[in-house]
Amino acid sequence: MSPFAWLRCAGRALLPRSASAGDIDEALRSHLLHRADDLEHSGLPRAEAERRARIEFGAYQRYREESHEALGFAGLDSFLGDLRFSLRTLMKSPGVAITAILTLALAIGANAVVFAVLNGLILRPLNLPQAASLYGIEHGTDYGALSYPNYVDIRDRNRSFQSLAACTINRPVFDTGNNPTQAWTVEASGNYFDALQIRPFLGRFFHASDEHGPNSAPWVVLSWAWWHSHFHDDRSVIGRKVLISRRPFTVIGVTPPSFQGTLLFFVPDMFVPMVDAPEINGWDGLSDRSNRWVFESLGHLRPGVTPTQAAADLDSIGVYLEKTYPGDYSHREFRLINPALYGSFLGNPIRGFVTGLMLLAGLILLAACANLGSLFAARASDRSREVALRLALGSSRRRIVRQLMTEALLISVAGGTVGVAISVALLRRLSVWRPLPTIPVHLPVTPDARVYLVALLLALVSGVLFGLVPVRQVLRADPWEIVKAGSGGRIAGKSGLRDTLLVVQIAVCALMVTSSLVALRGLLRSLHANFGFDPQHVVLAQIDLSMAGYHNDQVAAIQKRILDTVRALPGVKSAATTDNAPLIPSEEREPVYREEAHDLRVSQAAAMPFRYIISPDYFEAAGTPLLAGRAFTQHDDLSSPRVAIVNEQFARGVLGSASGAIGRYFRLGDGTRVQVVGLVPDGKYLSLTEDPQPAMFVPVLQKPWGQTTLVVRGAGDPQALVAPLRNTLRGIDPGMSAEIHPWTEELDYALFGSRVTVLALSVLGLMGLMLAATGIFGMASYAVSQRMRELGIRMALGAQRTEILETALGRALRLLALGSAAGLVLGILASRGLAFLIYEPSPGDPLVLAGVGLTMLLLGLIAAWIPAHRAISIDPLALLREE
Amino acid sequence: MTNQAQILPGTLDLLILKAVSLGPLHGYGVLLRIGQISEAALLIEQGALYPALFRLVRQGLLRANWGISENNRRAKFYELTAAGRRRLQEQTAGWNRLAAAMASALAAQPEEL
Repeated sequence: MSPFAWLRCAGRALLPRSASAGDIDEALRSHLLHRADDLEHSGLPRAEAERRARIEFGAYQRYREESHEALGFAGLDSFLGDLRFSLRTLMKSPGVAITAILTLALAIGANAVVFAVLNGLILRPLNLPQAASLYGIEHGTDYGALSYPNYVDIRDRNRSFQSLAACTINRPVFDTGNNPTQAWTVEASGNYFDALQIRPFLGRFFHASDEHGPNSAPWVVLSWAWWHSHFHDDRSVIGRKVLISRRPFTVIGVTPPSFQGTLLFFVPDMFVPMVDAPEINGWDGLSDRSNRWVFESLGHLRPGVTPTQAAADLDSIGVYLEKTYPGDYSHREFRLINPALYGSFLGNPIRGFVTGLMLLAGLILLAACANLGSLFAARASDRSREVALRLALGSSRRRIVRQLMTEALLISVAGGTVGVAISVALLRRLSVWRPLPTIPVHLPVTPDARVYLVALLLALVSGVLFGLVPVRQVLRADPWEIVKAGSGGRIAGKSGLRDTLLVVQIAVCALMVTSSLVALRGLLRSLHANFGFDPQHVVLAQIDLSMAGYHNDQVAAIQKRILDTVRALPGVKSAATTDNAPLIPSEEREPVYREEAHDLRVSQAAAMPFRYIISPDYFEAAGTPLLAGRAFTQHDDLSSPRVAIVNEQFARGVLGSASGAIGRYFRLGDGTRVQVVGLVPDGKYLSLTEDPQPAMFVPVLQKPWGQTTLVVRGAGDPQALVAPLRNTLRGIDPGMSAEIHPWTEELDYALFGSRVTVLALSVLGLMGLMLAATGIFGMASYAVSQRMRELGIRMALGAQRTEILETALGRALRLLALGSAAGLVLGILASRGLAFLIYEPSPGDPLVLAGVGLTMLLLGLIAAWIPAHRAISIDPLALLREE
Repeated sequence: MTNQAQILPGTLDLLILKAVSLGPLHGYGVLLRIGQISEAALLIEQGALYPALFRLVRQGLLRANWGISENNRRAKFYELTAAGRRRLQEQTAGWNRLAAAMASALAAQPEEL
């Protein structure tokens, strides 16, 4: 059964029986038979009678059509007719059809992918019950971070949340007896699961009533995925004893598979009560107001409470806290946030980035429509004789326009379908992609019904858009003029519209090229930027000694043992420790005060520098030059005066100047005087796009700290150090688990934003280039084919090749220049908006300008090559003979 | 041919309503009945009947049902609906007024002016 017959059957099935097309045929045939019966009675043979009956009946097809229309469902059949005709015309020029479909498929595919990302990251709420009333809180410039006592105060004093839960993320060592592995663990307040309204998949959860002081609830809830992969769906796991940070815990439950925590692209492995944090983390944060380690607080608002009211409620608690604990950080300007993206920390850049991408993708689609619009206008103009004949034979203009629109919609739906297929394949890969090696990040971008709907709508809208371009042409056509003019006659093609479309398209393309080059240049520059350290040839090993069970006084000894063993490894030039390495996702800051300060409230701090707790050889291992003063020694321990090394920004901000910093003093929050003994250059600490930040380094011997990152500098490929390092650490303590990666690899996190930006912009830029190339190609070859005769005559009369080329292609190239210039200016303006993603964007960069110019020039050359070749190889004799 | 007249546009619907008002008919029967009541003076192409029939069905003036004809063939039978009967009365009156006016206009003599 052909698709048309099938469609007609389907149509018939949908319509009431009395009004179907078959009904009409039967009524008409019944008439013919009755008439033939009568004629047979009057003496004619049956065959002759039937023939006569048909003749007397008149134009059967016409009356059949008219009957259809009379019954009011002409729509389907004539639509099918249009469809069939469109298919036939498109098949006649498969090149055009395939180009058009692929163009649209790419543009719609790009839009579908970007929209799916937008949908997954921003539009779709968390997969939690009643996600609409779920809010996180953040305040001031500190995002969501709170100290535990302050969280408890806010939880108990607020009147806006049904139940305010808190959580923080940690990575202790999880051990079932013989296989220590680091597990991403959510330390959650007791009311966490109840506040989120989650029911256990297996066993039970912990509750607020289980909290009886520090370490009172040694229970762990596994995520479904961890239970599935590490316990192989074993239901008897409930009640099993396991070790977390070498302390005994009992498995009490498993979360349902749909529950993936409250952060959109971070999937935790397990959940433990927050009151066990001292045991797991190795330090007591439950009573310390200065340690803001609670990552996020969130809960459902009570019915009838608006986010604004809730923020005001929280602010009044902030005022109370400030009065009661004057030395504490201030808690003002509370905001209610979407917990999924951790509020403004990730939410704002992601929203900005994805919205920008959506805009660019929309521009691509617009460029594709412009492209197809001019293609269709050219086709309509070439088909002017067919159109004129149809008009002359009495076809209505409406009918012809409808036919053209059917053709456009056919292409747009085909293009949309192919585009969605491409995007689904891409999105599948994107949602299983793990962009960062050490963090369980995933992008929840699997397409849903909304994505398909948007893609379909975009396809239809673009079909209408580019289908409408030639309509005006057809409506204005005068059939008599065209038929009289013979084969050369055309519908007076308004080339103005086509030119505008082409310029718009080239401008969009140049804009994309400009912004992707700006981004690329930023990325390249950031790879060679001054980080304040040299990550080449360095391996980092992240070990949490407290979570491996070493506490306070044991830490120094085990660190020394590790360093001595590692230094003895072949190929190791130097080794040192720090609590966190710079540009690794962590943020340890501490308020500092001028020496003469008496008011040691946080709000009065001179600066909030990044703080690194390092071993004496750190600067050597990290490749940081010492500008002045000395490095730490083994004698900078608890028995000697407190010392620090600071960077230039710190020196300028806190001590007045960099040159006189050595020997000066500053104070910590507890009033301790610290002497500056060394000065290092500014570096990058949290992100590549940050402004110069103050930083200070303190000796680990004066501040024993369990969280340890080994910085091991070798001579050659750092990858070669990974395995020996792992074996060494295992040899020292088999229960110690470490993440070991080359430092350059760890920088992926810091470079992630710029990389994704460059990738996305390049893909879109490439698509823009392709579209512009086909656009220019189409325009140039159309111009050549239209003026073939003129060019041939001029050639015969002795015109030079350059003159011919100028005539044939001058216009296209002038449009290219105009569009490129416009796009370049727009691109330079738009690139300023990239500042938060790209390392020092400099759109005025001569290299970028030259790159854009060169790209557009190359594009013009490539696209115009074939038409130009055609123009100069015209054989005037052959051409004239043909006419 | 000379004793036959082309029907005026718009009059076919009225003729069909009239024909069917005299009793339910199938399509071919409508044609025969029109020929009969107009004494074969009106010229209708046979096929032209059907778009008009379907139009009247769609307007709710005729009701159509499949049945078996006197020739023992399946055929669609048409009958007037209440709306159809009303329409027939209105249009008959209208037509009569028009015809009378036309007749008197065309019969006018110079001395009557």
